[in-house]
Amino acid sequence: MLLIFLRCGKKEELDCCIFPEQFTVTLNFTHHWNGLKITPQDFNELKFTNENGERLSIERLRYLVSNISLINGKNYHFVNVGENAGTSITIPELTNASYALSFRFGFSNEDNTDGAYQDLNSASFSVPEMLGGGYHFMQFDGKYEDNNNEASGFNYHMIKAVDRTDPDNLKFEDTSFEVNLGTIVVANTTEIEIKMNLAEWFKNPNTWNLNELNSILMPNFEAQKMMRENGETVFSLGVVN
Amino acid sequence: MKKPYIYFFVFFLLTFCSSKEEEIYTPVPYNLEIPALFVDKLIAPIIPADNLLTEEGVALGKKLFFDKKLSGDNTKACSSCHNPKKAFTDQQQFSAGVQGEFGSRNAMPLFNLAWNFEERFAWDGKEFGLEQQALEPVSNPIEMHANWNLVVQKLQESTEYPTLFLQAFGTSEIDAELVTKAIAQFERTLISGDSKFDKFLLGETSLTQEEQNGFNVFMDEAKGDCFHCHGSNNNPLWTDNAFHNNGLDTTFQDLGFGAVTGDPNDNGKFKSPSIRNLAFTAPYMHDGRFATLEEVITHYSEGLQKSSTIDPLMKKVNEGGVHLSPQDKNDLKAFLLSLTDREFINNPNFQE
Repeated sequence: MLLIFLRCGKKEELDCCIFPEQFTVTLNFTHHWNGLKITPQDFNELKFTNENGERLSIERLRYLVSNISLINGKNYHFVNVGENAGTSITIPELTNASYALSFRFGFSNEDNTDGAYQDLNSASFSVPEMLGGGYHFMQFDGKYEDNNNEASGFNYHMIKAVDRTDPDNLKFEDTSFEVNLGTIVVANTTEIEIKMNLAEWFKNPNTWNLNELNSILMPNFEAQKMMRENGETVFSLGVVN
Repeated sequence: MKKPYIYFFVFFLLTFCSSKEEEIYTPVPYNLEIPALFVDKLIAPIIPADNLLTEEGVALGKKLFFDKKLSGDNTKACSSCHNPKKAFTDQQQFSAGVQGEFGSRNAMPLFNLAWNFEERFAWDGKEFGLEQQALEPVSNPIEMHANWNLVVQKLQESTEYPTLFLQAFGTSEIDAELVTKAIAQFERTLISGDSKFDKFLLGETSLTQEEQNGFNVFMDEAKGDCFHCHGSNNNPLWTDNAFHNNGLDTTFQDLGFGAVTGDPNDNGKFKSPSIRNLAFTAPYMHDGRFATLEEVITHYSEGLQKSSTIDPLMKKVNEGGVHLSPQDKNDLKAFLLSLTDREFINNPNFQE
């Protein structure tokens, strides 16, 4: 009897050495305006000032990231900041190792299949077929103080850019982009902050003039390309615990 | 001496258990027929785990929905304001309650309610969940003006209902919770997904030139830009079930969603209704202020009113809107009417 118990104990030790320890990593998307943290409670107030000097508010902020490198296979995640939904992504069963952390903002052309994702359809995140179909990458709505000092709406909606100069021959440009946040070491259960600085959408390299570019931006080929350029500096790695 | 006694005891137990089993009725799971487009495009409907649909539950809910016993004076049923022939509304600006009093909100049509993913019901979102929603109109003094205890008593004293509740819920003891559960089950079966436009999306028919152009106006961000709130070919609910201020007023007598959340930023916001079945659901808006679809389209085209909470999706508010051409307005109406579902309003399963 004693022998049997000893034998079992030995087996458990072997299991321990054969299978490496696994950890959970949580990605937390946080939102900022030049260092000032933004929560849904900060919405609806003209409390932010963009690079062009326009005061603005945030009323709706929803966006899409895909193919997070820590997750095997194709994946996408819908973030709704106003509803505090999708801002945390838990990735289980990562082993003790170094990982390159990256993701794509929006969908690549390959993944941007019209009508293919039920949760995004249900969230009314589709793009009209006349603009190439697929999905929004971001829906950022709010109000800005216009040149007449009145609050006017803006819709900073980012999609795959489409040139409709010739309606019979639409030309597309992939405006999704890869975000590389460097290497992280997973040696324990880890929380990783990914920061989105909203001010950068209006700043670098294109100083955004909301009095000129405020709405009907989805069919605006040049505006979409500018959004993509400004997006390059929007994300950064925050605190890693 | 003991043996006959034991045999008798065993016989008694078997007899008792056997008769008890006969009393237990297992309701039959209800097969919800979901339109192909919904299956293809949408996430699953919301069916609470503690109120799964059964044949008996749905049938009971339907009977209750049409039963005037649910009103204080036995003159009104749910169906009095939610008529199946009118897509479950009543084509009145405001509906008269049992004492002839009128509310300040238009009766909402009822369909595709199981796909209201956030589960906020009513124009102002004040009710969470269909079961909870069904509680309120019964006791509302300007609607059915009944006392729930008395309603339950009437149902309990009827010859039919105790058995029907027993079959649906395993108990003949009726209470308000079971009544609303049954009504909610019936309401979840009210599915509208068989309009001309649905058939077009399924490749079974074609659109007229007017309907096609109207759809393009609907989907064009520079024209109607309706799709951001009212669904699309990829969201066949034709609503986002969210709350928006769509520029009806500069100041608000009815705070809508704001009165529910207590957040002034929500003042003047109301639920986007589905644009299915508009042929049956006039007048329009939360207060039924527009009698015709032409008036609705003109509002969005030229009549937008600015206020602090107007949705940023409302375009060119300073000019009243985007000023659609007469042709585009006409075609937009033609498209909207292509979402008319006559199969739904004539479905025998939904009639009294």
